[in-house]
Parts: sequence; structure tokens; C-alpha cells
Amino acid sequence: MNDKCHLELTHVNIDFPTDTGPFRALEDVSLKIDKGEFITLIGHSGCGKSTVLNIVAGLHRATAGGVILNGREVVEPGPERAVVFQNHSLLPWLSTYENVELGVKQVFKGKKSRAEMRDWIEHNLELVHMSHARDKRPDEISGGMKQRVGIARALAMQPEVLLMDEPFGALDALTRAHLQDSLMEIHASLGNTVIMITHDVDEAVLLSDRIVMMTNGPAATIGEVLHIQLERPRERLALADDARYNHYRSNVLKFLYERQKRPEESGEADDAAAPGTDDPREDVKPENIALRVVGS
Amino acid sequence: MQTETTLNKYQAYDLKFMDRLLTFLSSDQRSGGARRLVQAVGVPLAAVALFLMLWSVLAAKVQTSLGQLPGPAKVWEQALVLVDEHQAARAKEAAFYQRQEKRNAEKLAANPNAEVRIRPYTGAPTFFDQILTSLVTVATGFLIASLIAIPIGIVTGMSQTLYAAFNPIIQLFKPVSPLAWLPIVTMVVSAVYVSKDPLFAKSFLNSAITVTLCCLWPTIINTAVGVSTVDKDLINVSRVLRLPWLTKTMKIVLPSAIPMMFTGLRLSLGIGWMVLIAAEMLAQNPGLGKFVWDEFQNGSSNSLARIMVAVLVIGFIGFVLDRGMLLLQRKFSWDKSAITR
Repeated sequence: MNDKCHLELTHVNIDFPTDTGPFRALEDVSLKIDKGEFITLIGHSGCGKSTVLNIVAGLHRATAGGVILNGREVVEPGPERAVVFQNHSLLPWLSTYENVELGVKQVFKGKKSRAEMRDWIEHNLELVHMSHARDKRPDEISGGMKQRVGIARALAMQPEVLLMDEPFGALDALTRAHLQDSLMEIHASLGNTVIMITHDVDEAVLLSDRIVMMTNGPAATIGEVLHIQLERPRERLALADDARYNHYRSNVLKFLYERQKRPEESGEADDAAAPGTDDPREDVKPENIALRVVGS
Repeated sequence: MQTETTLNKYQAYDLKFMDRLLTFLSSDQRSGGARRLVQAVGVPLAAVALFLMLWSVLAAKVQTSLGQLPGPAKVWEQALVLVDEHQAARAKEAAFYQRQEKRNAEKLAANPNAEVRIRPYTGAPTFFDQILTSLVTVATGFLIASLIAIPIGIVTGMSQTLYAAFNPIIQLFKPVSPLAWLPIVTMVVSAVYVSKDPLFAKSFLNSAITVTLCCLWPTIINTAVGVSTVDKDLINVSRVLRLPWLTKTMKIVLPSAIPMMFTGLRLSLGIGWMVLIAAEMLAQNPGLGKFVWDEFQNGSSNSLARIMVAVLVIGFIGFVLDRGMLLLQRKFSWDKSAITR
């Protein structure tokens, strides 16, 4: 086994049970990720991006193949693979501080003193610029702020891998740009490995070391991997006129809208590859089967 | 126009919250404060006035064997009479004790070793005594039911096995009118609760247990639903954090079930109050129900008006109980938006 390899997905297949038999959402997804790498997963809705992320998180088990992190197989969720959920998933009855505290208490139980934990929580809130709202409940802060707290909660668990499921999907362009900058700063200073799902081509090119483009489901897999060789730190304004940036951008666009063009551009469908929607076996119905009598 | 620009500006942020705020603001801008005042105070007042008018006009047309059906004026008059009767009874009671004390003091002055005792006052309960009895009874029944129902709701919500075990029993007993229980409860209480110096009257236990029996189901069912329908994302959060079972239950499952739990409790209390009145009427147990029944049997020309006073008071107390639960819910629930009318 390659020691250098930090996180490895090997021939991951996943089937979801449906009424008409198992539905294959992912087929033969293999990817090697180095420590500290920033990976984005991009692809059309329903192609199973979230499923890939959930398998790495341990929330789903692969039907075949598997995930190895630091030489150990991933069999269940754990705080070393923190997840930033698409809809922030903060506990509405806890304050910003308490939401972060929940994870910190769990991860650093017996390792940090109470005062150290408090400092650590405050440090992480500071990191996402949310210290001013430490005592606010999620329904008292904006969507962008909630997402920041979600990121702080994940970072505070000191994860080796940060898994982000369209973290900025529901935000407006300004807030989104702001959080992207924060994320780049944090990534530069902490050096976590990041896997992030996005629908936004600019976001993918700006943030990633590699963009993993996925084919359409069912039986989705990795179509192409694009290395983004832009030096960091990256500056969005400077990059706008950068020929390489635009080249990468058009590469991704071509993949998405020429090679993986879909008849219906739904865009809103659930990423979790809703079982049964694209099932080719749906065409196999009694009325579609013709019997030919051979011989007589 | 102004509303429109604000809408665009805020669209990005928490849509749900902003939506609500903007609806509030825009309705304010369009219709102005005066109109809202009319809506909040004027319309209900007008409706009540109309109701009272219709009541007095229509009641005058109904002749019963106990005389004309009373209108609002007659009912008001009887309400005042009931207050007077209560005060008179209290004065009588105070005088009764005063006389005894005086007599005892005299006895002790004559002979310091004399045996003195105070006999309790045994006057008939007034309307207000009956209200108090009913309130204590419903509170007791409701409390017992909640103490049983919430834990059962939690465990059935969390465990499929226990749900499967409890579900048939819950489904079978839920639709039973609690009044059907009353004879059984009465017999069981008489058989089991035998004590020379009973702490509670049997009639009180009968009513309270009947209330308990009907308060159980809505709380069990709503708690179980609340506990079993915790947002999947929040469960995933607890899985990623590898929260131990107890932490998960205390920090995630129970808080998220609280709004549903309160819904169940509110339903239970409402049903309990309605059932209590019926049970008191049927079993002749002390309380508002007995007051209504006694007045009905009494059949004086004032009886119908007095019953109507009781009806209005029952309604008002039911309303106050519901509001009280709502206040509790506001205090304890995180989800301020889930509170409905």
C-alpha cells in the first residue's frame, strides 16, 4: 500500500434497494487524495455526488469497494471526517457557541480542560468571524452566518478530512464569495483535506487543487479529473482575467454541458440520486415486450 | 415599491424568517396602524356584541318548562347571585368557626383541662367551591397522565420494538369514550382503595382517574411521533460526532420532540377538561359537572340561567387552561414558530 496516500476510494459501488430491485447509484468510483488537498466534486443533479461524500463520511456503506483513510477502512461516521451539511443542520435549540461546543466536548473529552475547550470554541468562532453572535440561536442569524457556524462546528472537531456538501448552495453571490475567501484562508492555515460538492463552476476552479467531474447517473462514476495548477493564495479579481483560469473554467463547462448534457436540466433534483428516477429497467414493461414466434 | 427593494436585498438571507418579517411589515405599510387596531380589537368586540344580541332575541322566543330560555341579562344577574351566595356561605363559615372558638375559649377558661375540638363546617359547596374542586381534579388527572404518557411516548418513539408492542393497545383504547371507563374505574376504586382514613375522597379519585385515562393517548401519540421524526440531518450530526446514546437523546432527540410533546399535552388537557365535566355529571362527583346536574334536577326558574353561567365559566376556564399551556410551551420550546392558535 502506498504510504503517501491519505484517503483512497477504491472501486466504490453502491446499490440502493428499490421496489424493482437494487438501483445502482455509483459504479467503480476510484480516487486517491493527498493530505491537505482540496477536491471539489462537480456534476449534474442526481449524479451521486452527495452519495460519494456520504460514503466517505461513513453515513452510507458502499455495496462493493471501500474507503481507506490513513490505512484504515472507513466503516462508520466519525469526527475525524467532519461534515458541513448542505442546510447547515445546526441544532435550533442551542446557541452558536453551544452548537460548536457539542462537537468539541465529544472530541476533546478528557484531552482538554474546560477552559481550554472554551478558548478552542471561541477560537473557531473567531476563525469564521462569528464571535459576535456566540449567544445567538440559529433562527436569529442569517443563512450565511448559519453556514459559517456549521463550518466552525466542523473545524472545531479538528478533522483530518472536511466534507462539505454544497455548503454555499443556498447563499447569495456576495455572501458566497465572502465565505469562499474565508474557506481559502482557513484551508491555507489549517491544511485540512477538503472534499467539497458544488454546482458552481467558478467556485470549483477558484478553490480546488483538483476538480472531480462526475458522469450522469444511474451508475455514475468519475468522468474526468482536472488539475488546477494556479498558485495560492488565489485572488478572485486577478483570476478573472487569467487565461489559465478561463481555460479551466471552460474545460469544466464543456464537460458538464457538452459531454454530460442531459435531456432535462432539472438542477433542483435531490443529489442523493433518488432511487428509481433514472432506472433504465423502467422501460422493461409488459407492453414494451414483443414476442416473436420463431420457426413455425 | 419600497417593499420590493427590501425583498431583493434580503432574499439571500434566511428566507423563511425574512418572509415572515416582510409580510408583517408590508401589511403594516399598506393598511396602517388604525386598521390593524380595528382588526385586533374592533372586529372581535363587534362579533361578541352581535352574538349577545342574537342570543337575547332568540332566547326570548323559546319557552321551556322552566320558563323562558334566559338571555344574557338574566345570566349576568344569576352570575352576581352566585357570587353573593358564595360570599354569604363564606361569612357563615367564618361565623361558625368563630362561635366554636369562642365557646372553646370559654370552656378552657372555666376548666383548663377541658377537652376542646373544632368541628369542620359542612355547608353545601358553592359554585366557586365546585370550580376549585374541578380544577384540582383536572390538574391531578392531567399530571398523572403526563407523568405516564411522556416516558411511554419517548420509549415507543425511540424503539421500533416497543412501538410495535404498545401500538395495538394505544390504538384500541384511544377511541374509547372515557365515560365508558367510569363504571369500571368506580368499581375498581371502591374495591382497591379501602382505607379507614382516606387521604382522598373516592369520588375525587374516580374523576381524576377518568381524566387520566383520556389524557394519556394524545400525549403518548404526539410524543412518540415527535421523538421518531427527528430531522435526519440532525441524526447524521450525532452520528458524525459519535454521540453516546444518552447525549444524543438529551441533546438532540428530546429537544426536537418538545414542540410535538406540547401539542399532545395541550390536546390532552383540553380533552381532560371536557371529560371531567361529563364525568362529574354522570357520577355525581363534586365539581362543576355536579353543579350543572344539581341545577338541572333542581328545576327552579333560575336554574337555566345558572347552568348557563356554569357553561360560560367552563368555556372560560378551558380557554385559560389552553393559554396556560401555550405560555408554558413558549417558555420551554425552542421552536417559537410552531405555536399555533
